[in-house]
Amino acid sequence: MAKITFPVEASHIMMFARSVDDPNPVYHDAEAAKSSEAGGIIAPPTFPQAVAQFDPDYFLRPKHGQKWFGSAKGPSGITEKPASSGGLHAEQHFEYHRAVRPGDVLTVETRAGATWEKESKRAGKLVFSERITDYRDQNGELVVTARSVGVRTEKPVAQG
Amino acid sequence: MALKKSALAVGQTHSEVVIENLSRTQLVMYAGTSGDYNPLHTDDLYTKEVAGYPGVFAHGMLSMGLTGKMLTNFVGDGTLKKFGVRFTNQVWPGDTLTATATVAAIREEGGEHLVDLTISTTNQDGKEVVSGTATARIEA
Repeated sequence: MAKITFPVEASHIMMFARSVDDPNPVYHDAEAAKSSEAGGIIAPPTFPQAVAQFDPDYFLRPKHGQKWFGSAKGPSGITEKPASSGGLHAEQHFEYHRAVRPGDVLTVETRAGATWEKESKRAGKLVFSERITDYRDQNGELVVTARSVGVRTEKPVAQG
Repeated sequence: MALKKSALAVGQTHSEVVIENLSRTQLVMYAGTSGDYNPLHTDDLYTKEVAGYPGVFAHGMLSMGLTGKMLTNFVGDGTLKKFGVRFTNQVWPGDTLTATATVAAIREEGGEHLVDLTISTTNQDGKEVVSGTATARIEA
């Protein structure tokens, strides 16, 4: 898959921390972060996933000139069945080689891992697929390695 | 601050309520910052009428992010080596989530002192929504 360039910015980290309801000053207050054990602003542990913002082809973002499958006048903006909305996130694993900081320009590359199937009473046939993502910094050093497992279900999981 | 080895014991727990009465607006905020605009998380009409779910539900990664807040409050900033979870149940608007870390092991590897944790986040009915593990650096 193509490499994605992920410029890490302080304002994005601040907004991301708000979106996970985390008021920790190390994510938004440069002065407080400087005197903390982190030595400056760092990103929250799940921030690497926000690389989706920088993927030009990310399929879960409405794009200029393309129809979007979410609701508009009707319950969906397209007539055909959406190809990809049935996928759910089953697992996510991060390995941190160092903290992600504002000013980092990460190069992000994803490769396919294993796929496997399972039968479920609740959701029919489940198809799992794994993706492994390396986040490298401007010096080519590995910063984060992520492993994600997605699952496609035959029918919606009606109750959580 | 990073945890001190002398202050840790296997079986010790740290628990926090990480979100109370989860709002749909929080899901919109998470969509906006993560870039995951899947309508399953913000668009009730689509989610009910097209996807066949009872309504919008939280991104798995929001549950993990909320769980991560408990984790970094416990182990300190920039000390995490590993954090991995399985999403075991969906999280719905109105849910109140409690995240808990339990000390599984205290060990040394490559000259570093580490703590291994098991992680569990449950909703107001005691149902587990996130289950996982983490490893963080600690002070000798």
